[in-house]
Amino acid sequence: MQTAPPHTRPALPHLPWLLSRAAAPLPLAPVSVMLSALTRKLVQAHPAMLRRLGPHADRHVLIDPTDLPFALLMQPRTAQVRACRRNRLPAHDARIAGPLSAFLAMLHGAEDGDALFFSRDLTIEGDTEAVLALRNAIDDAELDLTETIATAAGPMGPGLRRALARAERISGLALHRMETTGDWP
Amino acid sequence: MDLTVGPNPFFWTAGAVRGFYAALARAPVARVVIGEWVCSKRLPFWQDEIPQAVETLQAAGKAVALSSLALITLKRERKLTADLAATGLAVEINDLTALHHIPEGTPFWVGPMVNVYNEGTLRWLAGRGATRICLPPELPLESVAVLAQAGREAGVSVEVWGHGRLPLAISGRCYHARLHDRAKDNCQFVCAEDPDGREVDTLDGQKFLVVNGVQTLSQSTASMALQIEALRDAGVAALRLSPQTGDFTGICRGYAAVLAGRKSGAELAAELAGQVPGGRLSDGFLSGPAGAHWSGAAAAG
Amino acid sequence: MMELVCPAGTPAALRAAVEAGAHAIYCGFADETNARNFPGLNFSREELAEGVAFAHARGAKVLVAINTFPRAGAEPLWHRALADAETAGADAVILADLGLLAHTAEHHPNLRRHLSVQAAAANPDAINLYAQAFGVRRVVLPRVLSVQEIAAINREIDVETEVFVFGGLCVMAEGRCSLSSYATGRSPNMNGVCSPASHVAYAEEGPELAARLGGFTIHRTPKGAPAPYPTLCKGCFTSAEQTGHIFEDPVSLDATQLIPALARAGVSALKIEGRQRSRAYVAQVVRSFRAAVEAQAAGQPLPESALARLTEGQAATTGAYAKTWR
Repeated sequence: MQTAPPHTRPALPHLPWLLSRAAAPLPLAPVSVMLSALTRKLVQAHPAMLRRLGPHADRHVLIDPTDLPFALLMQPRTAQVRACRRNRLPAHDARIAGPLSAFLAMLHGAEDGDALFFSRDLTIEGDTEAVLALRNAIDDAELDLTETIATAAGPMGPGLRRALARAERISGLALHRMETTGDWP
Repeated sequence: MDLTVGPNPFFWTAGAVRGFYAALARAPVARVVIGEWVCSKRLPFWQDEIPQAVETLQAAGKAVALSSLALITLKRERKLTADLAATGLAVEINDLTALHHIPEGTPFWVGPMVNVYNEGTLRWLAGRGATRICLPPELPLESVAVLAQAGREAGVSVEVWGHGRLPLAISGRCYHARLHDRAKDNCQFVCAEDPDGREVDTLDGQKFLVVNGVQTLSQSTASMALQIEALRDAGVAALRLSPQTGDFTGICRGYAAVLAGRKSGAELAAELAGQVPGGRLSDGFLSGPAGAHWSGAAAAG
Repeated sequence: MMELVCPAGTPAALRAAVEAGAHAIYCGFADETNARNFPGLNFSREELAEGVAFAHARGAKVLVAINTFPRAGAEPLWHRALADAETAGADAVILADLGLLAHTAEHHPNLRRHLSVQAAAANPDAINLYAQAFGVRRVVLPRVLSVQEIAAINREIDVETEVFVFGGLCVMAEGRCSLSSYATGRSPNMNGVCSPASHVAYAEEGPELAARLGGFTIHRTPKGAPAPYPTLCKGCFTSAEQTGHIFEDPVSLDATQLIPALARAGVSALKIEGRQRSRAYVAQVVRSFRAAVEAQAAGQPLPESALARLTEGQAATTGAYAKTWR
């Protein structure tokens, strides 16, 4: 058997400690409202996502970005997102945990979900089928957070777009959709 | 419903093979399929027993067919397969390769390693000359019933895996050799050390599978002891009993007694638990949530 | 140039594959008619028609996999899939079941037929049987053959051969494996799934992550170690005194460096596994292999593969193509 040496990709960026700490005292209610509104926009703009999810759209999935001070409980059908502290995690059907950068990379098609899982950047617990369905539906939707946020911001859009592009360069987080040509290594 | 004894999946010595078929001649089974269906490398060690076994079994009134290999890749194996068709005996195909060598219209049997999942496939094989088909073991009862009906319409007897460790997979790679850190080409026939296969457990000690050379079987022994009524109602023509060590003719008698109404399925199942290698039974493919499930588990407490 | 046949589990992946240089895309309908019947995956009828239009406009073909074995009493579902694939403009269908092949040859004679790897036709006699009986034009070879054996097969047949060069590796003869249904009740042949996610449970137990399939422990990995999906045949088990990957290590196939040998062996098309993978995977793998087949066609040295991190266990093997694998 021939075994190729494992090629390693540059490690995914973790949020700087200072930024994590800065986010810690954030009140959760406004975060929930903001993220729910964003998720609603994404779901409305991509109706095929719910069709792909089928019955899995009703599952409660806990998105747990381990470098943020809170986790997110999400239900695709209602587009409800609730930020919650880790010491008071609500009931959920499945949990995906990993650095914020891994979630954003997967969301934007910069990284393959399976590869992130093989490398343990992401871990899954609970209803694996619901997680797979969600991942596949999101992958097909070709989401773009920067565009969605910028569009929603109306006249502030162009400014936000520039700010997010700058944030992407500095943080290493994937904040816009990867194009099929050019963006990948 | 009657009984068919399938080909032996394991590597036994010539002497063990001789004793097995001599005893089987006295067992209450209607037909026997004989031949190597797992690994062609084993055949030279016991093929000289086949003519005598065929003669003994036929003299005892049993129909006999020769099995093809289940996975045929080498030139030598293709030649072996072509030779089968030339013997004049019925051939049980376990790979479509064999069909290439059987003239269209010549009757043949179909073994459980050929994928007969639906009526269209059954009808196509019937059109080529199939007269008996042993269905793949993973089929649920609903499919078995539909196929048994289609078989009656097409003049094909439909058989179901009735007893024996389940043939779950076949590979180009030899797992027995791999367990002994050997390549398949230098296997030194280590599979002969395990005449019922070598057990493979999970890391938590659950009994799971057995390896038998290039074949992977279930650790549990499938038994349709508790399903015989359902299979009869479905129109199944025969149960296939797959060879194992121990008192195999006694096992055949047990199934025959249930078919004849002289024994209940539950009584047979209770006896079998002490007779099968590993001591575990399953019948989950037919009606349970998974193949490993045993419908008698609840009753047995 | 050898044809590069690439996977698409979603319309987005199909577009990514076409743009990354795929010559042909294979995909399936979102039901049990195809062997990657995973949650959230595959194509509706409209999506297939749009995908075909997109591919054809850019000179790529679309092959539709209808490669499970129809359920007894439910054949019309598979027959409809065939008719709909033809209507959508599919360039070929990929089939495994004898009855379905016979049906296609009779009712859709102009629809090009490829033999799925699920049919496990592993020698010239079997391949010629499929070619003569059903007019099969291309055979996807099972992953149990060495390069020399593939060359020998090509000398004795008149149809094209397609072989897997990258992705998940079945160690068993495909289409003839019920390990998955033994543990879970759901199998590749009947349901189009292997080791289905619906039956997978992960649990952190002390310092380890245990992965179970249908209640059977498939492996335990220390925290932080690469975590393979609990595909049954790549699990870690115990036999007598030995513990390890008894069937196959959690590796996947990468035959990039064998492309010239496969070309000499007469292979027409190279197949990439992974309809369940993301568009990121598809784009990266397709681009890499397109460069490799172009280099091969031009007689230039092959580029070094940089795909290992996309593979299971993040390690690659040439599998059965090297005879020592057995």
